[in-house]
Amino acid sequence: MKIVVVLKQTFDTEEKIVIQNGQISEDGVEVIINPYDEYAVEEAIKLKEEHGGEVTVISVGPDRVESSLRTALAMGADKAVLVDDESLFGDEYTTAKVLAAVANKIGYDIIIGGQMAVDSGAGQGGPRLAEELGINHVSTAVKLEVDGTTVRVERDVEGDLEVVETSLPVLITAQQGLNEPRYPSLPGIMKAKKKPLDRLGADDLGLTAEAVQAKTQIVDQTLPPKKQAGRILSGDLAAQTSELVQLLRNEAKVI
Amino acid sequence: MKKVLVLTEVRDGQLRNVSLEALAAAQVLAEGGEIVAGVFGADAASHAQVLAQHGASTVYTADHQALVQYTPDAYAQALVQLIELASPDAIVLGHTAIGRDVAPRVAAKLGYGLVSDVTSLEAGPVFVRPIYAGKAFQQRKFVDGKIFITIRPNNIAIGTPDASKTAVVVPVDLEIKDLRTIVKEVVRKTSGKVDLSEAKVVISGGRGVKSAEGFQPLYDLAEVLGAAVGASRGACDADYCDYSMQIGQTGKVVTPDLYIACGISGAIQHLAGMSSSKVIVAINKDPEAPIFQVADYGIVGDLFEVLPLLTAEFKKVLV
Repeated sequence: MKIVVVLKQTFDTEEKIVIQNGQISEDGVEVIINPYDEYAVEEAIKLKEEHGGEVTVISVGPDRVESSLRTALAMGADKAVLVDDESLFGDEYTTAKVLAAVANKIGYDIIIGGQMAVDSGAGQGGPRLAEELGINHVSTAVKLEVDGTTVRVERDVEGDLEVVETSLPVLITAQQGLNEPRYPSLPGIMKAKKKPLDRLGADDLGLTAEAVQAKTQIVDQTLPPKKQAGRILSGDLAAQTSELVQLLRNEAKVI
Repeated sequence: MKKVLVLTEVRDGQLRNVSLEALAAAQVLAEGGEIVAGVFGADAASHAQVLAQHGASTVYTADHQALVQYTPDAYAQALVQLIELASPDAIVLGHTAIGRDVAPRVAAKLGYGLVSDVTSLEAGPVFVRPIYAGKAFQQRKFVDGKIFITIRPNNIAIGTPDASKTAVVVPVDLEIKDLRTIVKEVVRKTSGKVDLSEAKVVISGGRGVKSAEGFQPLYDLAEVLGAAVGASRGACDADYCDYSMQIGQTGKVVTPDLYIACGISGAIQHLAGMSSSKVIVAINKDPEAPIFQVADYGIVGDLFEVLPLLTAEFKKVLV
């Protein structure tokens, strides 16, 4: 089975955001595999262990993304592809077109990605890529079973569970709860250094910057207004709870 | 003046609040132009009056068997046909399980841009959306093609309904075929519970609840307030509750009127998911817990002592 994982590198979720001149500062920031994509990597490796085949991890992004691709290779993926050509960077429209060109070039039976990235939070990648490829998608999977060409997915739908059936080829997006991602082993980390990692650009993919030009633009990026320090209530607990209810009713007017 | 199409959603026979919020967003985008709404499902026409009162002049209804249960194929085909039929300048959906799934697919099919999870609209139009789960905000605009957005529930105020307005109801015959997903079963885990993303009040527990049973006082308070119950990653990782309850940068982002954090220390990744709530109450034994820095009101104390007292107080004033 040809398994493709779509991965994005993101800031660690414990990082604070600093903005300089409308740009998010990357100074001293720890980067990680987007947590939802990490579930996708784990699921892909599990599928390979069960059914055989090959796992290729693909990403669009700057040079630094190599470290996250190497982590995925250390977990057990076989190959990686990084599109680090800045002329192919844009919005969600752009990225889906580029990823589709990569997927078509390397071939796939199943594609797995996170249900969203914790930085942009848009969640467009999976459904857009599936449509670009003309294949079906099932999002927010918490359980995945492949039997021949039959694919059975349990998906989280705003807290409810939906059981669906479809067939290969398909794109799946991973929701928290799908699995428990493994840590790379030391031999895995050593092996990952020698695993193939291809860097592709517009020419390799038969794309031009014009053909994938973004449909939207970032005008500005800002931090939310700082919250004023709140009030810690005092007195015995009964007095505090009674005061809190009055404050919520009369001052904050939310009850 | 623009023509705006809103795809509305009906759940358990009710129009979702976010659909009325989408109509309010459409009013801004239309600049005095026309608003048309789409409704899928068996009793679609029964919602036409409410949609009209919130600004829709035409309501397209599609009573198709394939649209009773959401699948990406059926909904994408239906929405594409609706767009072709209405030929709008802008399209608005709620950023719900359905909206966030079908909108990108349709945007890709039609070659459109899409700005997801919009929390407010500015002149231009410029669309404001949270990034890093609300640690920062991004202003986006369209440079090519139609305007296409999904809006986050609970952020754009619903307009005042105008009872004198009526809409033309247009039943549409959609062609839906070659479906590749079969829905075998739906397990309702949330029936009778308030949806986290749309809840006006959220009560949320962290490691301080100590066990699955420890959530009971939270549920007791939630019942009195008609609130939804959420959790921090700590509580989910410790197996006190289901991951579907997780609030944070991984998990759900919520923006209720009132957020009550119980036994939650306030890790950055959790704060990202809730700090845009209008009013925040923190209950924690540790006076140094970072949650107090974002709280409007704080009580330093054991949640197992505080919550029963608080529930009793609310019962007094709300009954």
